[in-house]
Amino acid sequence: MKGRTLARHGKEGLKNLGRNSWMSFASVSAVTIMLFVVGVFLLLIVNMNSFISSVEEDVEVQVYIDLGTSDEEQTELRQQLQNLDHVDGISFVSKDEGLDQLIDSLDQQSGAFESLRNENPLNDKFVIQAEQPQQTEQVAEAASDLPYIDSIDYGEQVVEQLFNVTKILRIIGLVLVVGLMFTAMFLISNTIKLTIVARQQEIQIMKLVGATNGFIRWPFFVEGLLLGVLGAVIPIAAVTGGYHYLYNNYAEQLSIDFAEILPTYPLTLQISAVLVGIGILVGIWGSVTSVRKFLKV
Amino acid sequence: MISGVVRGKYSTIPAVLPGICHLLRKWTTTTKNHLRVCLLQEVIVLIEMNNVSKTYANGVSALNNIDILIEKGEFVYVVGPSGAGKSSFIKMIYREEKPTEGSIQIHGTDLMTLKEKHVPFLRRKIGVVFQDFKLLPKLSVFENVAFALEVIEEPKDVIRRRVMEVLDVVRLKNKARFFPDELSGGEQQRVSIARAVVNNPRVVIADEPTGNLDPDTSWEIMDILENINRNGTTVLMATHNREIVNAIKKRVIAIESGRIVRDEMKGDYGYER
Ligand SMILES: Nc1ncnc2c1ncn2[C@@H]1O[C@H](COP(=O)(O)OP(=O)(O)O)[C@@H](O)[C@H]1O
Ligand SMILES: [Mg+2]
Repeated sequence: MKGRTLARHGKEGLKNLGRNSWMSFASVSAVTIMLFVVGVFLLLIVNMNSFISSVEEDVEVQVYIDLGTSDEEQTELRQQLQNLDHVDGISFVSKDEGLDQLIDSLDQQSGAFESLRNENPLNDKFVIQAEQPQQTEQVAEAASDLPYIDSIDYGEQVVEQLFNVTKILRIIGLVLVVGLMFTAMFLISNTIKLTIVARQQEIQIMKLVGATNGFIRWPFFVEGLLLGVLGAVIPIAAVTGGYHYLYNNYAEQLSIDFAEILPTYPLTLQISAVLVGIGILVGIWGSVTSVRKFLKV
Repeated sequence: MISGVVRGKYSTIPAVLPGICHLLRKWTTTTKNHLRVCLLQEVIVLIEMNNVSKTYANGVSALNNIDILIEKGEFVYVVGPSGAGKSSFIKMIYREEKPTEGSIQIHGTDLMTLKEKHVPFLRRKIGVVFQDFKLLPKLSVFENVAFALEVIEEPKDVIRRRVMEVLDVVRLKNKARFFPDELSGGEQQRVSIARAVVNNPRVVIADEPTGNLDPDTSWEIMDILENINRNGTTVLMATHNREIVNAIKKRVIAIESGRIVRDEMKGDYGYER
């Protein structure tokens, strides 16, 4: 296509937007809402996934020792644990150290827990690192057959809960986004239908003087594209700005000691690209359906 | 079969020529001879209809077994009562409607086998003028005419030159910046004729171009159409205007109930009002 023709299609597409400004506004709003929801859910899901993988990397097997276990028995247990397959390292954490760690991790509210020091409810424990994060469960199961053990904990629940939350988020996000996407698509396709009706006389004359069907269709594709792209502007600004603000002001509160929220860049750039992409897709999709249906060229 | 309806300026050329060409198209194995005859035919014949019938989707039969040959450079009136099928006949030519039966060739293009995507290129050889002008109200006279060239992607300088040329032909050069609602009916029709001829079509077809105009203005329009015809463009016009047909003698094709009932070289309108 010649540059001049491209410019013409662009200009005509823009004119089309102005022709039904209210419908255009409605379409852009629908795309805006849809993309905003997509953006928020993407941020949540991407962060949850990153949480999960850092938790998975960090999981250790906590082997809580029976209360009445003697020092000899403890040494014996340690030896047996050492002999298990895939064990990388073992460290002993006494119940007092355990309490210190707990109070530390709870940070500012620690005052409330100081009283626990008099009557420590924790057990002494061995903390085992597996050679590979995936072997954690195997190590935990092998350890559970050994004596002098009160209980075993290996972060399985945390990982599983995170997985579940993410799964639910994904489903809610998907349902919302698909619903909103169809709404946006429907509105765009209707806006373009109105433009086609408004330009019927022009289209008829174009056909009469020998314009090709492609030439006649282009401005409507441009219109759809513009509706989609315009709809991406506010969500991108809001998602990027909002996340930037959250990250700068609340990054610590939003982190669980080993897992931190992802930095603003490049995450927001990637999400912006995804939003523009979806906007374009929905815009073109909307225009293709109405052009095919209403523009009998 | 078709030889019976061949008339026109080239009456010295054997009237059977198109018929022979037609047969050769079907049966020839010697492409060379085929080409020779058909090239000759293409020099002369612009529109050829064989046994064309049109039945609309609602069952109305608008045209029945139409055979016609129109030569290059002719000026042809199509007359007949309302509902006779004049508009349908015209629509076949620019492929607004497709015959349900028969065959049509325009300037060597077979409209029956013409693919949809090639229709625009057929339309570029044909200028169409309507009773209601069909101008775009928001475009100036210049822009309305230029529109026809813009949408077929002609270069800007060509557009400027050609538009001013045809505005000169229709004597509206001084109103290039006016808008349709600032013009009289006759002037508007002249703009629409300018738009029809701006890309140098082979033929201009006009469906009752003077239907909405008063007598004086109608003569102006005829003057312009004759001028265009004199420069070599074929003109085909459906009309109800008895005075014009009887005064400016041209070939007259009369259609009644979808059939050609009369085809005369310098014919009369032939109907009472
Ligand atoms: N698109 C159409 N669908 C159905 N019937 C049509 C259509 N166009 C024309 N006709 C019918 O075909 C016949 C011929 O119409 P038309 O070609 O417009 O005649 P004319 O131009 O001579 O008045 C009429 O009976 C008309 O009602
Ligand atoms: Mg008619």
